Amino acid sequence: MSKIASARSSKGFFLPFLGILVVVGLWALTSSTWAPALPSPARTWEVSKPYILAPFEKRGELDQGILRFTWYSLIRVAKGYTLAILLGTPLGLLLGVSKWFTRSFDPIIQILRPVSPLAWLPLGLVIFQKPEPAGIFTIAMCSMWPTVLNTALGVRSIPQDYLTVARVLQLSRSKTLFRVLLPAALPYMFTGFRLSLGIAWLVIVAAEMLTGAPGVGGFLWQEYNALIYEHIILCIITIGVVGFALDRVMGLVERRFKAV
Amino acid sequence: MSAFVELCGVSKGFNSPSGRMNVLEDVNLEVAQGEFVAIVGYSGSGKTTLVSLLAGLLMPDSGTVNVAGKRVIGPGPDRGVVFQNYSLLPWLTVFENIHLAVEQVFSNESDAQRRARTERYVELVNLTHAKDRKPGQLSGGMRQRVSVARALAMDPAVLLLDEPLGALDALTRGSLQTEIERIWQADRKTVVMITNDVDEAILLADRIIPLSAGPKATLGPAIAVDIERPRDRKALNHHPDFKRVRTRVIEYLLGSAAQRRTAHAPRPTAVALAEPLVGT
Repeated sequence: MSKIASARSSKGFFLPFLGILVVVGLWALTSSTWAPALPSPARTWEVSKPYILAPFEKRGELDQGILRFTWYSLIRVAKGYTLAILLGTPLGLLLGVSKWFTRSFDPIIQILRPVSPLAWLPLGLVIFQKPEPAGIFTIAMCSMWPTVLNTALGVRSIPQDYLTVARVLQLSRSKTLFRVLLPAALPYMFTGFRLSLGIAWLVIVAAEMLTGAPGVGGFLWQEYNALIYEHIILCIITIGVVGFALDRVMGLVERRFKAV
Repeated sequence: MSAFVELCGVSKGFNSPSGRMNVLEDVNLEVAQGEFVAIVGYSGSGKTTLVSLLAGLLMPDSGTVNVAGKRVIGPGPDRGVVFQNYSLLPWLTVFENIHLAVEQVFSNESDAQRRARTERYVELVNLTHAKDRKPGQLSGGMRQRVSVARALAMDPAVLLLDEPLGALDALTRGSLQTEIERIWQADRKTVVMITNDVDEAILLADRIIPLSAGPKATLGPAIAVDIERPRDRKALNHHPDFKRVRTRVIEYLLGSAAQRRTAHAPRPTAVALAEPLVGT
């Protein structure tokens, strides 16, 4: 490897580490000066160690390894997210295809879109009477919108030429949908899917906090009540890392579809 | 003999800020079966509107469009269209783009028969080596050949070419003109080609009909091209008929533009008057 390339790759590793180091330094400084209740980085590591080193251990309902909790949360997110995609994609297609549908439903969508997960969850509990479906309902209701709006945008942005081709070739409705509309809108749809997944993961903490379900969010809230603040930080870091990883994976898939 | 393609008193307008504006006015056209007709006009004079009317993508405000004795009320497999911008679907391969048309038109044939049909048209435009490539991986000339193959694969009664070579460089243009003539010689479909290139029209067409400058464009008197086929583009330049036809077409177009200028505000015009590039 040439000197320049090795210098560049070491810089590539070094700079992100520098950023992390600065933040951890500020954290250590804060906990040792004006916020003594905030656990220091060293203390956090000490107390979290059993949860990290035995990540799949199950000691009790709310005392499990951190990756085990993560797994529960991921399953819950997967259910809510799947529901969001299954509802959001056809809704987006209808919005994109039909002016009439857009006029009728766009206003109500714009009103529902900014509603917080903290507001949806109690409604879910009222409807379903059980915490688990209420959580999934909340995730779906909050994460659906980017998929809806981007799918609609994707359909509306299809070049007129493609639709003319569909007309000249006299493609049937289903063929126009599957061979022309969907492939043309796919890059936009994937942007929506990616944003939706980000929101679904964001909502999981709120959903689990309020329902007390086992998962990263539930664990976080329980440990706050149990005054084990070190675990709050462990959960925050876990949520961040997992969210980052999910976004990266979706980004890779998205790029594959955009390369068409 | 009655005309195979027939436009009768066709007018078509679009709404503009200053009221409805007629792009085409009282257009009359008769094309015989197996004839190759070129319509030559300025850009912006309504050539694409004319093709859209023939294709059934637009309906005339007044007058009628008939193909094979039947009134055109929408797009149909009896009319294959080749667009200037190719209009290929970028997520499908060369084969799939053509097959999409074949599947639709020959839905009663077996899968193997339809695949063979598609293969045949891929071969007709010499793209067998590239049949699994996507349009993005092809040159402009190759894309247009796919577009021509797609239109022909529907086995239409009439082929409508809307400035098919307008977006290509002069050399590719020349070789595709030769290819279009070869394909046309092979099965003698009725062709209506729209172009802004007078030389291209003379090389390919049996008859040239100039379209006057718009708005309210209309077709001028037809000019027959009585030059024997196959036409050799090198010899064509020195053919006595070549200069005669060329002069008549250009005189009509310039005359109509001059009239337009005195009657209306000036509008940007462009018509290819350059000497033929290949063979000089």
